[in-house]
Amino acid sequence: MSTKTKLITEPGREVTQDACRVCAPLGACLAFKGVEGAVTLLHGSQGCATYIRRYLISHFREPIDVASSSFTEETAVFGGKANLLAGLDNISRQYTPQLIGVATTCLSETIGDDVAAVLRDRVPADPEEKCKVLNVSTPSYSGSHADGFYRAVRSLVSALTEETSEVFTQRLNVFPGMATPADIRWLKSLFKAWGLEAVVLPDYSDTLDGGLWDTYQRIPSGGTSLAAIRGMGGAECSLEFGHALNPADSAAVWLEECRGVKRLLLGAPVGVAASDLFFHRLQALTGRDFPADLSAERGRLIDAYADGHKYVSGKRAAVYGDADLVATLALFLLEIGVTPVVCAAGGPVSAFREVMKGLVPDFEERGMEVLSDVDFDHIEQATARVGVDFMIGSSKGYKAAKRLGVPLVRVGFPIHDRFGAARQRLMGYDGTQRLFDELVNTLLSHTQEATGLGYSYM
Amino acid sequence: MTGLKLLDERRRQVFEKGSEPADFEIACGKPSLSGAVSQRACVFCGSRVVLYPIADALHIVHGPVGCAAYTWDIRGSRSSGPELHRMSFTTDLRETDIIYGGEKKLEAALRQLIARHNPRAAFVYGTCVVGVIGDDVDAVCRKMTAECGIPVIAVHSEGFKGTKKDGYKAACDALWRIVDSGETTEKRPYSINILGEFNIAGEAWILKEYFRKMGVEVVSTFTGDGRIDEIRNARQASLNLVQCSGSITALASRMKSEYGIPFIRVSFFGIEDVSKALYAVADTFKDNKDIMARTRALVSEELSVLLPQLEKYRKDLTGKKAAIYVGGAFKAFSLIVALRHLGMSVVLAGSQTGNKDDYETLKEICDEGAVIVDDTNPVELCKFMLEKGVDLLIGGVKERPMAYKLGVAFCDHNHERKIPLAGFEGMVAFAKEVHASVMSPVWKFAPRMEAKP
Ligand code: SF4
Ligand code: SF4
Repeated sequence: MSTKTKLITEPGREVTQDACRVCAPLGACLAFKGVEGAVTLLHGSQGCATYIRRYLISHFREPIDVASSSFTEETAVFGGKANLLAGLDNISRQYTPQLIGVATTCLSETIGDDVAAVLRDRVPADPEEKCKVLNVSTPSYSGSHADGFYRAVRSLVSALTEETSEVFTQRLNVFPGMATPADIRWLKSLFKAWGLEAVVLPDYSDTLDGGLWDTYQRIPSGGTSLAAIRGMGGAECSLEFGHALNPADSAAVWLEECRGVKRLLLGAPVGVAASDLFFHRLQALTGRDFPADLSAERGRLIDAYADGHKYVSGKRAAVYGDADLVATLALFLLEIGVTPVVCAAGGPVSAFREVMKGLVPDFEERGMEVLSDVDFDHIEQATARVGVDFMIGSSKGYKAAKRLGVPLVRVGFPIHDRFGAARQRLMGYDGTQRLFDELVNTLLSHTQEATGLGYSYM
Repeated sequence: MTGLKLLDERRRQVFEKGSEPADFEIACGKPSLSGAVSQRACVFCGSRVVLYPIADALHIVHGPVGCAAYTWDIRGSRSSGPELHRMSFTTDLRETDIIYGGEKKLEAALRQLIARHNPRAAFVYGTCVVGVIGDDVDAVCRKMTAECGIPVIAVHSEGFKGTKKDGYKAACDALWRIVDSGETTEKRPYSINILGEFNIAGEAWILKEYFRKMGVEVVSTFTGDGRIDEIRNARQASLNLVQCSGSITALASRMKSEYGIPFIRVSFFGIEDVSKALYAVADTFKDNKDIMARTRALVSEELSVLLPQLEKYRKDLTGKKAAIYVGGAFKAFSLIVALRHLGMSVVLAGSQTGNKDDYETLKEICDEGAVIVDDTNPVELCKFMLEKGVDLLIGGVKERPMAYKLGVAFCDHNHERKIPLAGFEGMVAFAKEVHASVMSPVWKFAPRMEAKP
């Protein structure tokens, strides 16, 4: 392991150098992309919307429209009500959406616009307008894109889900978190095969990973339908993936409290143990036997673990990014014999240490450092201090990994310097299989390059 | 116009050459319409574009995390030395800072960063929130200038205070303060500054090499591969070349009125424009006959290498149709000419920030029937691309997926690109890139092609 970085003392809190998170409205844009016929309006200045589009587009490589209420100086002084109303009417005319999700930005929050009140009193310019408008508060000075994502999902549910006394067995709500389009697709086909009527929210598997068009699509087809969201109150239970999400931002918690739908919280099914747990839950719900093809998949994954274990066993890793993914990956790494000596959540996550302690009670004895609300400068220094064999997380860690001379396994969001981020698969035995293959190959390729001996076998 | 409907408010920002009403005047320079998905960014973005390439300066974004995070190392401006510009610094304001103000935090951040990174100057970009919480950024900058002994300059780039153009203006003001702090005004003979050259993918180095061969000294480039000390020397140059006119003309005008340095507008994209630019410089220095002679030799040598190379691309590309949507209109002019050289016609052209004169010029050089747009949005762009049956879109990252979704080739001509497109060799690279995309066999699977018999 080599490091050329000049080590200085812990950075103070005054400055963020190379942030390991982006801002809350981005998460809301992503969540709203997973709803059929939805358009996002960011209430604030033009720049935020354009930057956020650019950031999302570079990851998903799909057209992503995000409108802005385009604040001017006047708006900033007198409030954004007029712009907001004009913006809603314009979107409604140009896109004829079923839903407009209004997310605030730092600016509209700071000047104190009461978006909820504006929406409540709004009379659409077009009396025929049928679109539903809802809002979510996403100031970025408290929280990260992950928080914005969860809050937007919760706002969808709390604004739309109707009360019902009927409960349909075998109907399931699924909140997968910031999953990849490919993983969402996998989940959907899995539930279908198990005979479950599952509503996955959000579902951007088509809107952010779809085919070419023959005509212009104002709003790409796909996404969870509003009807399905309305009916979420009649589900038997809600499955929510996550380890670190704040209950106050959780859609499943809202459904449990306000619609009486039982919440089942579990980690995303990445790794053998996490996938086993997930499938056992499904078995319990459906009363089905474990399908033979799934057993075979599980068998192949364990076979791969056996074949590849020596390349990973005893290695040390730094894992960073969104808290939930960091926790998920840490468990996976421990399962294959890698110690995640640095577990860093880029966003401010309350009680992340406690969360990790709950998952890995002896994390301190194992020498794992758990950090939250840290930038890449901090992550790099922590990593340099303890020494690792590789880093795993978003592509934004590339520079740190390069300076530290260790390989990087790109997982999560964003991945801006590689191809196919939308198609990355992590979940289930076969998803884990791909992740494991990639991890092993990254280490092999690094060793191959580093030795310079040019061995052509391993 | 047929097909999809335009928003009424947008009707005066779009026209088709040949069918616009006689008294039509394009309404540009307007703030973006609320609720339309503009491709524009903000004031801050404009300032960042211009100042970002200065590699030995600290660039700190005063505001919440996003503005800095989204602009971290997103441009292809290269440096031959320090790379401070490729790092992202922000005060990352939190709730308490919003309530109690961020001045203290900014001050502490500057102190820490200047001690750690030793920059030659610091630029402090104020973003939207800072504009409403009442931080006195100027006062902090003054204090830190005195304390740290380097210029610490406030760039007033609150996103809502105008458009990208106002950001250019704020950046020019910041640059002026450095230029004007230079010590001597003694002119260096046969010397130039290149303004509006951001050294994307090393383009400034290509141009510098031409001028070296011509015997013309390049004192400084604004701001590609930029250094604070070089910028200080800029007032010693005898001539300013202004590329990317929208962003930096304000500075050139000021240098003209205060130091008497004349400027000429140039473009280094496309054969004609590069040659024209080099000859214009030689012409300014016509008392030195050698410079003109060397320029002639340079151009003819470059052309003798270039033209045969272009021929093979032109053969395939002749008759294909292109759409152009870029930040500044000036770039669009060059691209139209360059595409014509490849046998292609432009059927749709527009910019985010053009002014009335720009659109007049654009109209003149476009063919009949071409659609011209100001500050367009995805709906319009796609509508016209389909209606006009284009084979190629030239734009930036945000436009790329639209082209691909419709099965249309794409060439990146914004600041994110990694391939140099300036100069003579840039023209070959441009032709090669356009050719590679337009002629790719994958488009035959695109629905709009498969639908054709
Ligand atoms: S907050 Fe303002 S300055 Fe920052 S990106 Fe948004 S519009 Fe631009
Ligand atoms: S102002 Fe806030 S919402 Fe806008 S880009 Fe900056 S951090 Fe994000």
